[in-house]
Order: sequence, then C-alpha cells, then structure tokens
Amino acid sequence: MAARETLYEVMRQHGITRRSFLKFCSLTAAGLGLGPEFAGKIAYALETKPRTPVIWLHGLECTCCTEAFIRSGNPLASDVVLSMISLDYDDTLMAAAGHQAEEILKQTIEKYDGEFILACEGNPPLNEDGVYCMTGGVPYLDKLKEMAAHCKAIVAWGSCASWGCVQAAKPNPTRAVPIHKVIKDKPIVKVPGCPPIPEVMTGVLTYMIAFDQLPELDRQGRPKMFYSQRLHDKCYRRPHFDAGQFVEEFDDEGAKKGYCLYKVGCKGPTTYNACSTVEWNDGLSWPVKSGHGCLGCAEDDFWDKGSFYSAIGKLDVAPTGAEATADQIGGVLAGAAAIGVAAHAAGSAISHMTRKQPEETQ
Amino acid sequence: MASITTPNGFNLDDSGQRVVVDPVTRIEGHLRIEVNVDENNVIQNAVSTGNMWRGLEVILKGRDPRDAWAFVERICGVCTGVHAIQSVRCVEDALGIQIPTNANHIRNLMMLAQYTQDHLVHFYHLHALDWVDVVSALSADPKATSQLQQSISNWPKSSPGYFSDVQNKLKRFVESGQLGIFSNAYWGSPAYKLPPEANLMAVTHYLEALDFQKEIVKIHTVFGGRNPHPNWLVGGAPCSINMNDTGGVGALNMYWMNLVSDIITQSIQFVDQVYIPDLKAIASFYKDWGFGGGLSSKNVMSYGDFPRFANQFDNDSFMLPQGAILNGDLSTVYDVDPRDPEQVQEFVTHSWYDYPGDPNAGLHPWDGITEPKFELGPNAKGTKTKIEAHDENAKYSWLKAPRWRGNAMEVGPLARYIVAYARGNEEITEQVDGLLSDLDLPVTALFSTLGRTAARGLETSWAAHKMRTVFDEMMANIKAGDSATANMTKWEPETWPEDAKGVGYGEAPRGSLGHWIHIKDAKIENYQCVVPSTWNASPRDHQGNIGAYEAALLGTPMADPEQPLEILRTIHSFDPCLACATHVISPDGEELTSVKVR
Repeated sequence: MAARETLYEVMRQHGITRRSFLKFCSLTAAGLGLGPEFAGKIAYALETKPRTPVIWLHGLECTCCTEAFIRSGNPLASDVVLSMISLDYDDTLMAAAGHQAEEILKQTIEKYDGEFILACEGNPPLNEDGVYCMTGGVPYLDKLKEMAAHCKAIVAWGSCASWGCVQAAKPNPTRAVPIHKVIKDKPIVKVPGCPPIPEVMTGVLTYMIAFDQLPELDRQGRPKMFYSQRLHDKCYRRPHFDAGQFVEEFDDEGAKKGYCLYKVGCKGPTTYNACSTVEWNDGLSWPVKSGHGCLGCAEDDFWDKGSFYSAIGKLDVAPTGAEATADQIGGVLAGAAAIGVAAHAAGSAISHMTRKQPEETQ
Repeated sequence: MASITTPNGFNLDDSGQRVVVDPVTRIEGHLRIEVNVDENNVIQNAVSTGNMWRGLEVILKGRDPRDAWAFVERICGVCTGVHAIQSVRCVEDALGIQIPTNANHIRNLMMLAQYTQDHLVHFYHLHALDWVDVVSALSADPKATSQLQQSISNWPKSSPGYFSDVQNKLKRFVESGQLGIFSNAYWGSPAYKLPPEANLMAVTHYLEALDFQKEIVKIHTVFGGRNPHPNWLVGGAPCSINMNDTGGVGALNMYWMNLVSDIITQSIQFVDQVYIPDLKAIASFYKDWGFGGGLSSKNVMSYGDFPRFANQFDNDSFMLPQGAILNGDLSTVYDVDPRDPEQVQEFVTHSWYDYPGDPNAGLHPWDGITEPKFELGPNAKGTKTKIEAHDENAKYSWLKAPRWRGNAMEVGPLARYIVAYARGNEEITEQVDGLLSDLDLPVTALFSTLGRTAARGLETSWAAHKMRTVFDEMMANIKAGDSATANMTKWEPETWPEDAKGVGYGEAPRGSLGHWIHIKDAKIENYQCVVPSTWNASPRDHQGNIGAYEAALLGTPMADPEQPLEILRTIHSFDPCLACATHVISPDGEELTSVKVR
C-alpha cells in the first residue's frame, strides 16, 4: 500500500487548485455556521491529514440515510467519497460482496485500529439473539460490537441509530434498540432525522475530519451546530403563527396563502433540527414550505406521540384575526404547545422546548 | 436431495461445491445467496435467504389510518414513496375517498420521478460494477474514449480532455492506496469484457450520475417537501396550488412548476443521452452472456399503474397495464385482481413462520397469519448466530413465498414490459423492438439478466418522457380552472364507516406492490403488504416451486466460484430490496387478526 496522502494532496491531484481548495474551506466553515477565521484551520487540517477510513454498517433500517447522504449538494457525495474520506465499507455502495466484503472489515481493524470512524445506519434487534438482522451469517449486533471495539468514534446516522425509529415504535416486535444502548464505551455523535438532512450528514462528517474532533454535542448527543434550535424558531411561516393565521384543513384558503400549519399537526414547535434553515435538496424546500406539517422525525420516539395531524396539545386556540398582536397569539400558542407536549410525558422534548436556550441548562 | 426437477420445471442438483455470498452488497437490506456448482463451475442449485425483518405491520395496528403512509414509507428509503402511495390508496379505497385530478397528476409525477431516479441509481451505482472494470479504465486512451462517446451520443461532456481529467482523478485515487468503495473487488476478472475505453466512459458516467440523480428527486421536494421520504396525504396531495392570487408564493405557482418542468427536461436529456447509449454500448459486449432468464420466459405479472384518470384503476386508465402471463404464452394475458382471494396467496413452508392449521396452506393477505418460527434445518451447517450453510429442504428465509394462482411469478420492469408487449402497448412495443433491432437480437434475448437490465433502462426513458406528458396535462387542467389538490370531505373520522376494508396496489420500480388495510372504529385493525422483492426473492413453496432469484441463477457458469460476479450480475438485475421484502411479523408469536378486504 502506498503512503497515505493528505486530503489536500488528493484534492490537488484531482485537479483542484489551491484557490478552489481555500474557497472550499471557507464554504465549509460557512456551511457549518463558523466564522471566516475557521477557514484557515480547516485548510490546515486538510493539508496535513490522510483520508480517514469510514466503515458504514447497516442494521435494521430502510437505507434512507444512505440515500440522503448521496443527495448532498455541498459538498457533493462523489467528492466526499472520492476526496474527503475513504469509505472502505458500505453495503449499499461497495463493489465487493460476500467474503471479499467481510475481509475489508478485518483489514480495517488490522490497519486502522482506533483510527476509523464507524458510521451506523439502522439498529440492532435484541430479541432471539439478534437473528432478525443477520449479515455474513452472524447477527448485526455482533458485527456492530466488534467494529465498535476498534473504532475511534461512532456516527449514529438517522433516527434508527439515534433513537430506534420506526421498528422500535410500539410494540417494538424485534426489540430494536439505538446504538448507545449496546455500545457504551465509545463517543457517539447522533445525527437524527428520518432521514437526516443531506448537508447535515456531510457537514458533521467533514467537521470531524477537518477538525479532528467531535462536534460540540447537546445533552442528548446531537451536534449543537444543527440541532440546538426548533424548526419553529426559524420557520418562514412563523409570522403567520404570530398573526394567528392558520391552515384549518389541507387545501383551504389558508393553505393556498401559505399560512401556519400548526393546527393541522405541524410538530415544528417541538422539533430540534435544521430543516427551516438548511432546508432540503440543495436548500430547495422543506416539508412546511411544501404545505405539510413537520412530522418531528428527528425527535426521539416521534412515532408514538400521537397522530401526525393532531395539533400539539390538541388545544384549539382560535385565531383572532390579523389585528391581534403577535405577542398575544404567539405567546398563547407557545404556552399551549408546551402543555400539550408535557401531557405526553416524553422526557427530552419537554425539557428542551420549555427552555428558552437549551444550552444554558446543560 | 441430489437431483430433482421442481414442479415449475427447473432441475436442481445440490451435489457440487456450495458457494455462499453473504452479504450480497449493492442492494437495499440484507440478502444471502447460496449456490451449488458442478465440476464445470455451472450453478445447479440456488438458495435465496432474506436475512432481516422489522415488523411494521404489527406496529401499525391501532393507529390512525391517515398516519399509516408515514410508517410504511419507512419500509424503504431507496424506493421512497412507493409504500406511501399504496398506503394512501388503500385508505382512500376503504373510505371511498375520490382524489382530485391534480392530486393524481402530482402522484404520477412523483412516482415517475422515483422510477427515473431509482432506475438510474440502480444501473450506475448498484449494477454497473458487475459489468464495468474500474481499474481497466486506467489504461484507456482518452482520445479513443472521446470517439466512442461521440459515436454513440450527443452528450456534450465528451472531449478527450474531459476523459483525461477523469482518468487522472481515478489514477490518483487508486494510487493513494485507499480504494474506498472499490476495495477488494473483482477487477481484472476474465468475466469483465469491456475494452478500457468503454470502462472509462462508464466510470465517468458513474460519477456524473451520482451528481445528477439528486436533481431528479427535487420533484419530490417541490410536491412533498423533501427526498428521501417526501410527505403524502390521504385525500390528495399536501401541496396547494395558487397560481394567481394573494399569497401565491406560499403554494405551487409558476416558479415551482417551471422548476419541475426544467428537471423533467434535464432528466430526459440525461437518460436519453447517457443512460440509454451506455446501456446499449455495454450490452453489445455482453451479448453472448445470455444467462439469468429464470422465470421471465414463463411466469410474469404486473398489477398495472400510473392511472391517467384519477381514481380509475383499470387498463383503460393505466399507462402501464396490468396482467399475468403463464408458461410463456404471450397470446393469453390474464387479468390480475388483488382483491380476489384465489389469486394472491402466501406460503410459509420454507419461511421462518408457522401456520397453526395447515402448515402448507396458501393464505390471501386478507386471511394472513404470521407466527415467527426461527429454526435451522436439520442439514444446516453452523449455529443460529454463526450460520455457514442453510438447509433449503427446511425453513430458510424471513420471506414468505407469494404465489399467483399457485404460480411463482417474476415481477419488475421486465415483467411489466413483457405484459405491456403482450397487451399490445404501442409505445413499449416500439421501444422493445427498437432496442432488439439496434443490438441485432431476437425477442427471446429479453428473457435474461441483460433483458431485465435493458427493460429497466427502457422503462427509465419511458418514465422520464411520461413526466412531460403528465406535466402538460396538469398544466392544462389548472388552466381549465381546477386548482384542487385534496378532497377533505372525508378527512374527519366521524365521516367514516365503523368497519371498512381497502386495497392499494400498483407498480413500484421493483415490481408489483399491494397494501391491504382493515379499519375498525377509526383505527387500523390490520395492515398487510405483499411487496416486489418478496415475489422475486421468495424461497421455495410447499410444492417445491422455486422463486425468480433462485430460478434465474440456475445454469450460469462462474468464471471463478471464489469471485461471485456472475451471481451478483443476475441478482442485481432484479434490484433487490430486502427491507421491503421482509416486513410481516407479530410479536412473540402472537397471531395477527385476519384481514378481510372487499
């Protein structure tokens, strides 16, 4: 094997000029919400480091995380895979199969013990010794534990790996559990969402590569840079919420005018994610913008918090017209939302949403 | 077993060396294939095992039927949306909800976009490396590659300099010693037949397609807010149309429609100028590789899909017709009715489930029972948590064995095309005849691995062009004064009957998909899905009929049994989706309430 090259060297060899490289660094910094002074640090990191091996395992899942990952526009998934990381194992994309594929896992442990990032999509089922998810003749749980023991850090992609997601919804027939329930001794970065936003996935990964450190995490293990604010806080329909202008049912006059979707079940007020800022598919749109409320898919246990079409708290606060002050309506509704969620007795969301600034209490 | 002939006419012999491929990569989910090869390394026995299940239908019990689409959409993120649309259809069928014309157009556009993107990604990123040698591309002459490209297509990215740049990129990547997703593969195998120039062209398009596929799905983002996993709505589509009134920017207006139109144009260009020419070029070097036909020359089926007219699910409305063909007799196309209890049935004799009455019975989804029963067969090798070889004479898969009137059927693009061809669909007949004539192949060449791959390519072009037709029809409908996208008259549960049953069915990119629902007291009483990869990857049934994957592998010679390229080729040609296929389960052996649909 040739000597490992730095990411910068590889990018240069790919015909990327130094000027483009530096521009990439400042765009990366900006994309991560960092100041311009960080561009230099990213450039330095990329110039001095070889491509970090990434092992991407699939448990019980639907592969929406991989699909989301290849939708990333900045950076392009092709650039991430060819120039930024070394994606040495990923069932969905890798050329090798069978024992040639499994051999790569052995080689990775030998060559990069303690150095590689373990990216987990999906989760392990615990019932029946894990036979509900087998790969290479062994339970996924065993494979996960083996690779986790040798990795540097774990990225838990999506709501399956972070929280359990749909197969763990009641009654959780396979006893599927999130990664942190079975791996206790490695740092885990949760990137929830079903799926997560493509650029959030590549953003988290490139941050870890560029800075050689984990992103700052909130109390639940999510990167603060993307998950510290509610969709509602940055929603472009928020002025309609504040003005008491609501969609009462789908395709009504309010819907045609782009009013607030709170009453038709939007979970934006209790969901911590970056959809209302980063948006989806190259920043084109996001669920609320297209006319459907947020499902709350980045939140723990979002499948078991009642119908997607029930207003949070099911409190019917009638809009009183545009003349009502924003503070009155907005304030009343925000209070109602908090009560409604608390009634569901779901731990995480309550504490977050009743706090003005989540980071203060951490 | 030694040597037997199955009731559906395939010879099996398990006396030779056993070769195991697990994991089968470049698919969705977890699949295991075992084969026996004879002394000439020809496959004489094949065993397909679904390695996972998640239990979504049980999870749906007791929930609000209007929420079901979101749960079942998570059956699969590769074929995102395909379960969601059948879910809203089955609820609408049960509750008697008629969707507006615009909603029908929007759903058709979303599913056509799904076909286009999903098929494209399958061809380049999941399947191409079975035919294309990445390392061989390093020795290509960029000038000759340019000439090749320009001889087959008008695609503008075709200069020698362009191919030289890509080749240099690739060279550096390989020389870095970190091969990433290309590690430890089968480069240099004698099974690869393309000259270096064709390999370089294909690898270049692998990268271009990876960058382009994310554009196609923006059609989902416009109508459903995001992709993967866009949003759907019982009763229509969640997006409103407001072309010309106050607040129009908050809904679908000319800005969004222009965007969709532009994506359609780009998609047609990419498919017709890159995908189809590549498909023909690659196929022309593998014309001798006529293996992998399996069931395709015998039994194929399509439920039909893409209704031109909202709420009309029949061949007068379907752009892709429904029908079933048995024993290769193209002169008779049977009607398929997912509601008929005699037609679609599932068997579990070789699946890790048990039926309490007759273990060999075939049950319609209405009467489906799912009791898990995991056990290794008496001749299996290894242990429960370290499986070396399965015993196909016992239970060996988490997939049930669905059958149509007792027959194992192949579903998917090739099956749809054969049905459409036999039904006399002019567009599709013209496409198929054109391709066969370009490649100088007889119609029987369709019944093969390459035929399956070619049909998928033709269907991608069909879907991309159909998007334009549907878009134009939608604009005409809006112009005529109809801006409705959702029918909310039966949204509230108070308007529903106490007990209702419905079925939603259609064609996912991978084949025939049906969802059966039973709603009682405004909650889901039962929910059943029978999905494309369960048909194709099914294990043997009670009579010993083998499924489409198993049948397609038989008779294929392997260049080197240590390198499962030929197995990957044929299995990939079906585009397996195992998360979809393995879905039904009840917790701890609890019996599912039977579903009755009418």
